[in-house]
Amino acid sequence: MSHGNNAAEQVLRSSGVDVRKCMRCGKCTATCPAFDEMEYHPHQFVYMVEKGEIDKLAASPSIYKCLSCFACVERCPRGVEPAKLVEAVRLAVIRKQGMNHLATDAIPALLDEEMPQQALVSALRKYSK
Amino acid sequence: MKFSYYPGCTLKTKGKDLDRYGRLCAEALGVTLAELPDWQCCGAVYPMAKDEIATKLSAVRALASSRDEGTELVTLCSACHNVIKQVNHDMQTDADIALRVNNYLGLDTPYTGETTVLHYLEVLRDRVGFDAIKAAVKNPLTGRKIGAYYGCLLLRPGKVMRFDDPENPTILEDFIRAIGAEPVIYAMRNECCGGYIAVEDKGAAVKRSSAVLDNAAAKGADTLVTACPLCLYNLKKNGGRDDVAVVYFTELLAEALGVK
Repeated sequence: MSHGNNAAEQVLRSSGVDVRKCMRCGKCTATCPAFDEMEYHPHQFVYMVEKGEIDKLAASPSIYKCLSCFACVERCPRGVEPAKLVEAVRLAVIRKQGMNHLATDAIPALLDEEMPQQALVSALRKYSK
Repeated sequence: MKFSYYPGCTLKTKGKDLDRYGRLCAEALGVTLAELPDWQCCGAVYPMAKDEIATKLSAVRALASSRDEGTELVTLCSACHNVIKQVNHDMQTDADIALRVNNYLGLDTPYTGETTVLHYLEVLRDRVGFDAIKAAVKNPLTGRKIGAYYGCLLLRPGKVMRFDDPENPTILEDFIRAIGAEPVIYAMRNECCGGYIAVEDKGAAVKRSSAVLDNAAAKGADTLVTACPLCLYNLKKNGGRDDVAVVYFTELLAEALGVK
């Protein structure tokens, strides 16, 4: 691991999540609407952050597949809020110079006539800095 | 009844109908929505990280401006509502975020979460009352089978939004009854449409939106109502069927009140 525990500490601080509260029930992953699209699922974010495996998560397309629907936040019986870990790992990546996931130049080709501003603003907030 | 009103970016552009019918109906129901003069785009998604400050500022500006007007703040777009209510909660409960936001904004009076944020539907339910709406209906939508599509943002996280029971909501069904139609209950009414994933992974949005629409159709809905422009877009564009109409709830209200 190249950036070791500092990266894990940053993710914990930024997310405000206490990963030790997780009891491994998997309800977050069971309810996740992006399950099919994800390499690592919400419950794996929880225990991989706990183990300090931030590099694997940071390199995975999974961080761009979370829909921010708050289903895992709502339905976790222990209040762990896995979506906040996905967000914190994604931020740790896109805050770095040159690491934007969605470039503004790419947007015109993705548009259609009906797509609302809300879609673009959300996508830019989630994928770019 | 007078409120500050935050329309948001999409209601000025692709989502004009949500705003236009919302204003017409408010007027018909004796509710004054005074648009905040200085609102900025809320950012459309709540910045979940504790160390995101700049992305929370526009919501706080709207909240502080509403406080200075001495009114409660009404939103209509589900996304704006989610962002502004969650940021308001941060300003009430997270001293570190509140300190850093206030240090940045330098308001005459620091903002600490004093404003009450209401969704338009909450105004209908809690201030006007569905009985009063029922009494004001001129063209009841009798015989229409309408599914409420809550999506995610009105309801979750339930502890912060305090909008309705996040797993068994009734506000939209009560609204549908008030305008004379029959509500259709279906399992996917509070599951995600795919949201912004539509921008870069259309296939994923198609899966989510068609699951919602197929479920509503199987339960006999002829129409779905939403308060979210992105849900409307996804269900219409990526839902894969045209036998279920998808409309803003304000449009149906306008139809029922005879102001459309």
